[in-house]
Amino acid sequence: MDQTKEIIEMTLPAKAQYVGVVRLTVSGIANRLGFHYDDIEDMKLAVAEACTNAVDHAYKKSVVKGKIGVTFFIFEDRLEVQIKDEGNSFDIAAVKKRCGPIEKHHPFAAMRERGLGLHLMEALMDRVDIYGGQGVVVSLTKYIHRDEVDSNVNSPTKTQSNR
Amino acid sequence: MNVTIEEQIRSDQERTLVVSGEVDAFTAPQLREKLMPLCQENCKVYLNLSQVDYMDSTGLGVLIGAFKKLRSQRGRLILTGVSPRLKRLLNITGLSEILEIEDRV
Repeated sequence: MDQTKEIIEMTLPAKAQYVGVVRLTVSGIANRLGFHYDDIEDMKLAVAEACTNAVDHAYKKSVVKGKIGVTFFIFEDRLEVQIKDEGNSFDIAAVKKRCGPIEKHHPFAAMRERGLGLHLMEALMDRVDIYGGQGVVVSLTKYIHRDEVDSNVNSPTKTQSNR
Repeated sequence: MNVTIEEQIRSDQERTLVVSGEVDAFTAPQLREKLMPLCQENCKVYLNLSQVDYMDSTGLGVLIGAFKKLRSQRGRLILTGVSPRLKRLLNITGLSEILEIEDRV
């Protein structure tokens, strides 16, 4: 029942101009699987956020122009998208502490222009897993029929960090 | 996967930028380049987003940067033509509580 039906893999240069290509691919695959429009848009955005992070952070300090690997695992009931880079890994717990919605009562000068990406991923996907180590792997899951999903996927602690 | 930005002059201290297309990591720098110079003292900048098909956190970051710059100089940033999709992102990120959003374009 829980076996992957198909796997689609792509490797792209870790450059901002290719993030749009990944978005188009997400859209094509999710559309084929019968996701609703809003879910497709959510996934496009979440996957793009993960790719943008890989482009921005993972290769900042390395001279080598890196690659991003995107793997789509198609299940009966869900789509899992893994975004993998080989760049510098980071302190996941520290980053998560800094990421979150903008708070109205905070001073405007302290508002950060970045850091909303991870928060958006968590809000838009059913499940977000981040694995550190050699590079970073972000795994994003969306179920095809939300009505049939176990209630536990909507628990407040959706993100698991495994380092 | 492109963005076009058109500037309209409303008055001495009021400008409108009409943004069309997709605002992502690749195109957000173009938006920043057009928007930031308009963020001057006492200026009102309208950002017409009705033609925006896609915007992610890099685009939202540009909005935050412009908002902060205007705010510190008694200026205003006003978003118009916000789609339900974009409104949702502004709600999730908490930006809808802070940014000025006008329904009419």
